[in-house]
Amino acid sequence: MIVLLSKEILAVATEPEIILFRNRTRELAIKIGMGLVNQTKLITAASELARNMIRYGGGGTVTLEVISAPKTTGVRLTFRDEGPGIADLSLAMRDGFSTGKSLGLGLPGAKRLANEFSIQSEVGKGTTVTITRWKNG
Amino acid sequence: MERIPVLKMGQFLLVTIQVDLYDRLALGLEDDLINMVSRTDARGVLIDISAVNIVDSFMGRILGNIAAMSRVLDAETVVVGMQPAVAITLVELGLTLPGVHTALNVEKGMALLRTKIGSVSTGEETPHDRIVE
Repeated sequence: MIVLLSKEILAVATEPEIILFRNRTRELAIKIGMGLVNQTKLITAASELARNMIRYGGGGTVTLEVISAPKTTGVRLTFRDEGPGIADLSLAMRDGFSTGKSLGLGLPGAKRLANEFSIQSEVGKGTTVTITRWKNG
Repeated sequence: MERIPVLKMGQFLLVTIQVDLYDRLALGLEDDLINMVSRTDARGVLIDISAVNIVDSFMGRILGNIAAMSRVLDAETVVVGMQPAVAITLVELGLTLPGVHTALNVEKGMALLRTKIGSVSTGEETPHDRIVE
């Protein structure tokens, strides 16, 4: 059973807002005692997803939650945009695929860096990505 | 606009990144560095990222670009001081920084640069080395 310990929502639509959001994510990770490597993985994944949200989704919001499971605590981040959506999710999740000029590591890389990852997208409606990183995952 | 300072030391350009990088700042650095390599005839670029807490795919791409562009301008790039947690994360992310030389610290990075450009000078300007090579 997962219990929600705290929840806040940040708007992320500009690059400086990514920095604020990354710092806030780090604060939460430190607060629950997450180790440095896991912190770094979480924040790197967060940075990838926030950039995607700005570049492809026109910006959106991130919900930052501290959650507790029976034996551990973690940080859960939910990225929501109302952009054009992703037409082919399995293609977007493939390493090296990009519709922009990037390396195409954002989504698959973020998935590898998180303990849990889910994505929903509807063309014309937007995209929601959720990642969780457990304190000792 | 905010900028990351680039220092010239002999044949080398030194950059120490001490702030959180956002994309535009990183792009500005790429621009500044390449222009300075061309303007100052630098043979090596040393980028110290020991104060950088995260390197994501964008930042990784910028480092790769700097190395590739410098290479074309006859300069080598060494990235030094990467934190272990950043290294672990980079590899898991899928980014192995191909074409970018790395060293553990500034001292080793400088030594590597000197070997790379085949010079035993201590960073003094030695324009004739280039002709002899």
